[in-house]
Amino acid sequence: MTTSTLPKTRRGSRLMRRTQASPTAYVVLAIVLVGSAFPLWWSYVIGSKDSAAIVQDPFSLVPGGHFLQNASTVVTTVPFWKALGNSIFVSTTVAVLVVLFSAMAGFAFAKLRFRGRNGLLVFVIATMAVPTQLGIVPLFIVMSKLGWIGSLWAVILPSAVSAFGVFWMTQYLQEALPDELIEAARVDGASTLRTFWSIALPAARPGAAMLGLFTFIATWTNFFWPFIILDPGNPTLPVALQQLQAAYFVDYSLVLNGVVLMALPLIVLFVFAGRQLVSGIMQGAVKG
Amino acid sequence: MSVQTPARTTGPLPGDAPGFVSRSPMTPRSGWRRRLTRLDEKGAPYAYVSPFFILFGVVGLFPLLYTAWVSLHKWSLIGGQGDFVGLKNYADVLSQPYFWNALKNTVSIFLLSSVPQVIAALLIAAALDSGLRARTFWRMGVLLPYVVAPVAVALIFSDLFGDKFGLVNHLLGLVGIDPIQWHKEVLPSHVAIATMVNFRWTGYNALIFLAAMQAIPRDYYEAAMIDGAGRIRTFFSITIPQLRATIIFVVITSTIGGLQIFDEPRMYDQYGLGGADRQWQTLTLYLYQLGWTQKNFGRAAAVAWMLFLIVIVFAVVNFLVTRRIASKGQR
Repeated sequence: MTTSTLPKTRRGSRLMRRTQASPTAYVVLAIVLVGSAFPLWWSYVIGSKDSAAIVQDPFSLVPGGHFLQNASTVVTTVPFWKALGNSIFVSTTVAVLVVLFSAMAGFAFAKLRFRGRNGLLVFVIATMAVPTQLGIVPLFIVMSKLGWIGSLWAVILPSAVSAFGVFWMTQYLQEALPDELIEAARVDGASTLRTFWSIALPAARPGAAMLGLFTFIATWTNFFWPFIILDPGNPTLPVALQQLQAAYFVDYSLVLNGVVLMALPLIVLFVFAGRQLVSGIMQGAVKG
Repeated sequence: MSVQTPARTTGPLPGDAPGFVSRSPMTPRSGWRRRLTRLDEKGAPYAYVSPFFILFGVVGLFPLLYTAWVSLHKWSLIGGQGDFVGLKNYADVLSQPYFWNALKNTVSIFLLSSVPQVIAALLIAAALDSGLRARTFWRMGVLLPYVVAPVAVALIFSDLFGDKFGLVNHLLGLVGIDPIQWHKEVLPSHVAIATMVNFRWTGYNALIFLAAMQAIPRDYYEAAMIDGAGRIRTFFSITIPQLRATIIFVVITSTIGGLQIFDEPRMYDQYGLGGADRQWQTLTLYLYQLGWTQKNFGRAAAVAWMLFLIVIVFAVVNFLVTRRIASKGQR
């Protein structure tokens, strides 16, 4: 980019193509960007009209003035505020638990020596490819034996372990935490717990934050298991959205209004943390 | 452990405590203390990995294995465990045309979402990898759909792909194409559902490819260009072979996720059965219907186990195929 002011010959610019994008790249990306944003804009447009306006001009891209009016119908049709609170509670708890368990296991795998270490690590990596979602039938049986059907903990616990998280934190701590630091703590007589708490956890913070962010999003958007296990009166947001669809499928102004309301929290999160998400995906890719 | 944590951390840090130096290994310690340290060093690693393994065993591994047990019994959502019936549930399911229909739909939707998605993601990654101005803006732009829940995506596209008043049919009408019955016909409904998947994941995968592309040594490209290779040639002869491992990774993960697809087909209409004639009923949707609508857990478990095996077979086949395709340029 710093060289972009220099005039270039045709051949020169081809050699330097890594530092200057062609117009084609911008055109391709502009199309992708429109494709990414348009469906969201569309749901805002529809969600802000009343049904009469949609019938009159179904394909207008200008929002109507009924967004808040529609929203007030949505939040009284489904238990929206309850669902919002539940989603915040469930996603936060799952993110914290996944980060904690992953950081603990990752610390042991990356920095402690113990018998069976390699075997267990291979096991963790292998389970990343196992579709555990397919265990829902027994999981449901277990939850009903425990009397947990309808409980938020029935949603939280199965999501609270992540083989990917353990793998991620192991990789992260291997790089971010120098062996000398662990050794020094040991020589000073610190227990492994103290080493974990005062040395490993602070070093793991950036990687842990990233893992927490992705876990939060995955839990927030999760539908299948919460849909099975939760009661209609006590849902998370995606389950509430399904209820809204069941109530108003023909009236898209209300359904898509609900979509906007429920997508909004994560879009706000995206505005603030999108940069971290991008670099998280790119770091994970290089390592994975 | 949770009891110890606060007590230990609220105490003075070892390095800060004035008395700490005298407790360093230079001075003799009491025997039990040394033994305690020994125990800590030997046992602690297992304590650190155990929360993951115990919980994973309870909520991950055990249910998966127990599925096999349930599938060998008559088992009702309400009545619970019944008689041992051997492989009868499997035979029943396999003799139902619905199972084969669901398998066909699942594979069709999977192919329509994975193949175009990987190709598009590679192209987007190549565009992102070309020294753009405001590159963070573009990268965030392609990732935006990722934060929208599949349930929400499904509702938006269900409207866009409306049979009568959908925007897609309207636009097709402008170029003289007759309206398509996106919610009635088989293939169009698969296209619509695959579009939802592609919408959410293409940008995400593009960023994975982008990271891998940036790890390719730049001299490779310079050498190829000096030899007179054009952009397209270098893309196929250098970029693609160098991305082999990453392409395999993306294909395998989207295989595992894609074959279990539930949210999008569930929300494509309000009834959630996969269409009036099960045009877009996938295996997971079928599993749900068996287990929670018909309350037949035995059969549902049989479908879950077969889906598990299908996922593994597909993952292995895709691994072999992708490896072949991705390494062609090298040879």
